[in-house]
Amino acid sequence: MATTVAAPRHAVGPARYESGIWSWLATTDHKRIGQLYLYTALAWFLIGGFEAEIIRTQLYGPNGRLVSFETYNQLFTMHGTTMIFMVVMPLSAAFFNYLIPLQIGARDVAFPRLNAFSYWVFLAGSLFMNVSWLFRAAPDAGWFGYAPLTTPPYAPGPNIDFWLIGLQILGLSSLAAGFNFLTTIINLRAPGMNLMRMPIFTWMSFVTQFLLVLAFPIITVAVTFLMFDRFFGTNFYEVAAGADPLLWQHLFWLFGHPEVYILILPAFGLVSEVLPVFSRKPLFGYPVMVYSGILIAFLGFGVWAHHMFAVGMGPIADSIFSITTMLIGIPTGVKIFNWLGTMWGGSLRFTTAMKFGIALVGLFTIGGISGVMHSSPPSDLQQTDSYFIVAHFHYVLFGGSLMGLFAGLYFFYPKITGRLMDERLGSWHFWLTFIGMNLTFFPMHFLGLDGMPRRIASYDANQGWDMNNHIATIGAYILGAATLIFFYNWFRSMRRGPVAGNDPWGAATLEWTISSPPPVYNFATVPTVTSRYPLWDMKSAQPAAAPRPAQPAGRVPTAEELGIPMPTPTVKPFVAALGLTIAFTGLISHKNLPILFLGAATFVATLYSWLLTPLEPEH
Amino acid sequence: MASAALAHSHAPEHAHYTSTGLNSNKIAIWAFIGSECFFFASLISTYLIYKGRSIVGPFPHEACNPPVCATALKPILNIPVTSTSTFVLLMSSLAMVLAHSAVVRGDRKYSKIWLAMTALLGSTFLGFQAYEFTSFVHEGLKITTNLFGSSFFVLTGFHGAHVTAGVLWLMTLLFIDIRRGLAPRDAINVDCCALYWHFVDVVWIAIFTLVYLIK
Amino acid sequence: MAADHSSSDAHTAPTPHAHEEHHPDWGTYKWVALILTVITVGEVWIYYLPNFTSTRFFVPTLLTLSAVKFAIVVMFYMHLKYDAKLFRALFTGPLTIAIIAVISLLFLFGHLAIRA
Repeated sequence: MATTVAAPRHAVGPARYESGIWSWLATTDHKRIGQLYLYTALAWFLIGGFEAEIIRTQLYGPNGRLVSFETYNQLFTMHGTTMIFMVVMPLSAAFFNYLIPLQIGARDVAFPRLNAFSYWVFLAGSLFMNVSWLFRAAPDAGWFGYAPLTTPPYAPGPNIDFWLIGLQILGLSSLAAGFNFLTTIINLRAPGMNLMRMPIFTWMSFVTQFLLVLAFPIITVAVTFLMFDRFFGTNFYEVAAGADPLLWQHLFWLFGHPEVYILILPAFGLVSEVLPVFSRKPLFGYPVMVYSGILIAFLGFGVWAHHMFAVGMGPIADSIFSITTMLIGIPTGVKIFNWLGTMWGGSLRFTTAMKFGIALVGLFTIGGISGVMHSSPPSDLQQTDSYFIVAHFHYVLFGGSLMGLFAGLYFFYPKITGRLMDERLGSWHFWLTFIGMNLTFFPMHFLGLDGMPRRIASYDANQGWDMNNHIATIGAYILGAATLIFFYNWFRSMRRGPVAGNDPWGAATLEWTISSPPPVYNFATVPTVTSRYPLWDMKSAQPAAAPRPAQPAGRVPTAEELGIPMPTPTVKPFVAALGLTIAFTGLISHKNLPILFLGAATFVATLYSWLLTPLEPEH
Repeated sequence: MASAALAHSHAPEHAHYTSTGLNSNKIAIWAFIGSECFFFASLISTYLIYKGRSIVGPFPHEACNPPVCATALKPILNIPVTSTSTFVLLMSSLAMVLAHSAVVRGDRKYSKIWLAMTALLGSTFLGFQAYEFTSFVHEGLKITTNLFGSSFFVLTGFHGAHVTAGVLWLMTLLFIDIRRGLAPRDAINVDCCALYWHFVDVVWIAIFTLVYLIK
Repeated sequence: MAADHSSSDAHTAPTPHAHEEHHPDWGTYKWVALILTVITVGEVWIYYLPNFTSTRFFVPTLLTLSAVKFAIVVMFYMHLKYDAKLFRALFTGPLTIAIIAVISLLFLFGHLAIRA
């Protein structure tokens, strides 16, 4: 069976950049960069999941001693940090990269080399932080690293240094990508695609980019303060010098709360793409979905201290943040109803993507309900720092973000690889995940209400916690099995899956009009858009009754043949990222100034060379 | 397969097509400036939060006498000197705006003059900062001394680092102007530099008031 | 002269330029520089008037004067007044949220209080 062959690229760089590993190191193609993010994130998903399995094994029964308490602290810290910064965010980034230009009818992002740079910096940051395991000094103060606990008197080793520097590096990656996608969405839309005709995933991503560029500077400052305290002896978190122990918490959560919306909005966007296609109905209330996303972002900056109800801010502050937190439940809840409205009366097809999408709607609602319970300070005083909170955020992050990301992975797999994943294996993956997830995290509500605190490496018997912990651990193992099935399906289908063609699902938006995988230039001619669902409006009356059969393989013309100038591949983003990493390594290795300067010099020199070189060959 | 929803047009084939008619670099710089608002707001907030809470001196606006300090210390901020450096930075913004104007109208002579002037004034400001920092250290205020020292040096230090980056950018533009000349079509790049430079100036306006003038 | 809001070469977007490019001229720039100087001198002057600094008008006055300087640099030197509305949104949105956050933090840390 013939398959569409990816066209050889038209590039004026050195010939060695045309194929092999160099083509990956020198790529500026958003589709390749998206795949780099995707596979890196999936690898960290395995690692973060493995960390979780060890945690759950330790906690299976009372007085677990599988790992030392110190190692346990490192495990839960790295599990959280990995899942947030190295799995959910880069998986979202994979979709931003791959999809946004395709959805808006563009040939690439606004700044392709900056895009590559963002990826390499992400890879560097994630490796940097995990190298700490080799020194048995992984970060161990939680993913939120509260000062003063993380100040030198209480955290003397290099563990927190790895965490801080790793976070700075990862933050740079996110910031750069944020500016890139903001500009791309604002400025590179196809003619006729005004903002209210953009696909909903692009809209949610647009809002997310704003959150990224505004929230990350705050944590950059908070982390910089702690770095200066640890490296240079400043007093930002030094209580003996008069510092306020709450400064870190306020700064961190001013970042941290928008961060959780960064984690969920892209998944919301993905599900909002999947549900309409498999209900064969347009998204119910598209404008409301857009406005609620924008409102969530704005309000998201006004709720941060609900993470601090137990620190003693006083009744006025508690009340204000309680109200704003309850308010933010409204635009979020509105989305749930819009998804239900999309499916109501629709002709439903239960593909794997659809199952994951529907699961998000239900599971996120559960997470949202426990979230609303936390919004009341007196209620939260019972729940905070207990497993009730652990249950809440795993429902919204696993049941929400991850389910949405899986929906997206199954849905867009054919576009990325040209083949379809196996639906039977997908079904197994889905059901085991659904069951495993609920078995793992639902009992945690009861554990929390029964008084089990968070972040404890073991617990005594006879507290009434044993049974629920047993169940949670079994659920975690089921999740592990489910994940293995997913990986098997993913890689097997790349070779053996049925060929997908342009539009296997009968979908509506621009990315489904081009081949799977798309040619390097995306669109041979840039389309003019006159509606929100271009493909559906193209067909006579109703959306396709069945997925379109695979297109016969014509040879896809090259960019050169079509006269489309493409960005020149270049390794400068990679080298710049390398220089940056070397500089940061100099910082952590006992402030090794020569290495610091070498890295900084490499970075600056490469940056100059990059900025003074035009993106495309002159035409 | 022509249809209303997907008519193909050739106008946006050009590689520099934009949906807004605006330059992408300029959009990115404004987004960056918006982001920097949060960066400096965090630094400024911390300074304001820690205002008046240092346990040991030197202090910004008050003298520090024994027993709080080992020896009597004057208030450490030097308003006349900093007012001068503030004025210098404000004038550098004027020079920047004139440089951009010159590039827009293709005036090769004045573009170099005003770019050099901006860089010079910016460097003068940095010189004042260096003088201020060293004299503070000399008078007993180091970054590790107290809350004031930490928050002051980090806030003004990061601002100074931003000015330095701006001066490097200006000198690069000047160098290009000397080598091959900056044409009107390069004005957009000068504009981006100018926006960055003015923003750094505007942050200093905030810092000057909140740190130096308000007691 | 249209270098400021069109792409750097001759081809521009199909959407027509609804607004004509206004450039502040040398006169405007000079006035802005003059006002900036005068306000700065004024700020430093009142700093040295102990009768004024001890009143509760001192801080609001300083903040207002600085806000004016801030605004004229942004509006005229960064020509936000003459530029596309998009840039205004990209700047004033984050600025507003940032200012609210700073004020909230001042309340939360006890530097500001609502006098009942």
